Amino acid sequence: MTGNIQLLSDTLAKAKAENRAALIAYLPAGFPTVDGGIAAIKAVFDGGADVVEVGLPHSDPVLDGPVIQTADDIALRGGVKIADVMRTVKEAHAATGKPVLVMTYWNPIDRYGVERFTEELAAAGGAGCILPDLPVQESAVWRANADKHGLATVFVVAPSSKDERLATITAAGSGFVYAASLMGVTGTRESVGEQAADLVRRTRATSELPVCVGLGVSNATQAKEVAVFADGVIVGSAFVKRILDADGDETAGLAAVRELAAELAEGVRRVS
Amino acid sequence: MSSEFFIPDLEGQVPTPEGYFGAYGGKFIPEALVAAVDEVAVEYDKAKADPEFSRELNDLMVDYTGRPSALTEVPRFAEHAGGARIFLKREDLNHTGSHKINNVLGQALLTKRMGKTRVIAETGAGQHGVATATACALFGLDCTIYMGEVDTQRQALNVARMRMLGAEVVAVKSGSRTLKDAINEAFRDWVANVDRTHYLFGTVAGPHPFPAMVRDFHRVIGVEARRQILERAGRLPDAAIACVGGGSNAIGLFHAFVPDADVRLIGCEPAGHGVETGEHAATLTAGEPGILHGSRSYVLQDEEGQITEPYSISAGLDYPGIGPEHAYLKDSGRGEYRAVTDDAAMQALRLLSRTEGIIPAIESAHALAGALEVGKELGKDALLLVNLSGRGDKDMDTAARYFGLYEADTEVAADAGADDTAEIEGDAK
Repeated sequence: MTGNIQLLSDTLAKAKAENRAALIAYLPAGFPTVDGGIAAIKAVFDGGADVVEVGLPHSDPVLDGPVIQTADDIALRGGVKIADVMRTVKEAHAATGKPVLVMTYWNPIDRYGVERFTEELAAAGGAGCILPDLPVQESAVWRANADKHGLATVFVVAPSSKDERLATITAAGSGFVYAASLMGVTGTRESVGEQAADLVRRTRATSELPVCVGLGVSNATQAKEVAVFADGVIVGSAFVKRILDADGDETAGLAAVRELAAELAEGVRRVS
Repeated sequence: MSSEFFIPDLEGQVPTPEGYFGAYGGKFIPEALVAAVDEVAVEYDKAKADPEFSRELNDLMVDYTGRPSALTEVPRFAEHAGGARIFLKREDLNHTGSHKINNVLGQALLTKRMGKTRVIAETGAGQHGVATATACALFGLDCTIYMGEVDTQRQALNVARMRMLGAEVVAVKSGSRTLKDAINEAFRDWVANVDRTHYLFGTVAGPHPFPAMVRDFHRVIGVEARRQILERAGRLPDAAIACVGGGSNAIGLFHAFVPDADVRLIGCEPAGHGVETGEHAATLTAGEPGILHGSRSYVLQDEEGQITEPYSISAGLDYPGIGPEHAYLKDSGRGEYRAVTDDAAMQALRLLSRTEGIIPAIESAHALAGALEVGKELGKDALLLVNLSGRGDKDMDTAARYFGLYEADTEVAADAGADDTAEIEGDAK
């Protein structure tokens, strides 16, 4: 069984051919429940997302702000396991035919076993992983296994990344490059960092990979702004917040994330 | 001044250039922090090679900290340890009341060299926070200290000290609301403010170069103690004993003795209510290799890599990780680690107070309880060196509640104080 890295690349290429940015959404597995999380991902795809990143919740999400911390807490208290994450990937992909990635911290995968994790993720139809606390110089074992199973390794680059390092990172990465719009943790912001466009430009100078921008993007206006210079727009906390705001009303939560996805999908169609 | 106070480890045996002590260490950090962490490594390498840095740090250690710290023999306490001779390395007598100042002054000088104007730090018991706030006052740096909400309550005195020194203290309300969560929050701050901020990490964990650098700043403890005990006892100790949370005071004591194969290096981890109860923070005893806070080491975690919530009566040891060099010492067999319960530590705290007039920190009391055990195991000819890493003033509220020392509890207190020896022997399991 091989993973869906090609589907991911094709999806991003198709968006580019349509002269627009791709919309990439993030939602944690098991939030608010495992089935509720799967329904939310389907709703987000239904609203117009091109790619979804499924969060594997971690007890110590040091790169996440309060919104995703809260969601991770809810998921972990609900007893979410890696098997549930795999089921989430599998059902979300099977129902939509769209690329689904996993985003998580390194320790859960290290502990579970890289071989076992990549094998199961590929079997579930996953397209790859984003591992923001696994820097490129520690990633050799991961990459060997991901390559073997046809999974993308999406590295994060930051405004502080020097050009030489960007070249090292993009040479090792696959699928796309996740460009952090600003220096900080996840969470909605009033505006997208001014450093984002510069980082995308510097990253593109090192690689043919699509460059997608995340951190702080939460509405259609921002999505439109980013779509002008990036290949994809990544939105996480804003989706999570819609579900938190629905306060247990699952129907309302699903409607809210579908609506947000539709607004954002409109935003990334930048042709004016 | 003498150059013995800051002697960086230039031998380069461990760690490797990538920061590995055997299988442990490394640099598991987000890309946003890579440039900053690399800058720390480069600046520290430059500082190590710069005599001016050593001179400045040595002067501070003498004139400000009050080094060298005393070595005190404690014969009345040792009577309860099978007749062994016990010497305490008195890091509690340093300015600010613990060993933490050694590392803080080194990193504060480094902060200045890097041209950064703001310092953040985590703290558990508040000792690292107080030391950091102190250095920031001394050097005119902005200071923010992250402290778990649970710890702000049980170490309220240290919160007041930090605020008195001009630091902002942020009570962290996420997770178990203790040291681990304070570190998470400090990392979040650092990612967002890295341009002008140095994260003055307080223990020998975290990403490379912190484990090696923090160790180097604390090596003075063992270097002094080794010389002092040779002068006083005429030989090296049979064991060097220290408490282990993240592991900074223990590495500081152990490092100078690593080549002395006959000196056992014994770390005392917090067993809380007992390792078998699951309510403990005995990472090397009960943990498994994993990644937490930027390096690979032993970690308290479940089978899916979620970090489990630790527990200890001691805020400074209440941490589910451990410095990678300790993991390396454990696996290589050079270091030995044993777990000491809350009760055994508290009994040792009271015993030292009543036999020697020294009130230790609850953290350090874990090492004292370990020494009572080791002394009995080795017999009357044993010579033990114990790192008294901090003083107990900050713990008086916890201790008063534990022993019932407040007005309303005086009858209980009189009863509980009846027979120290019997209680020590009964509870030191």
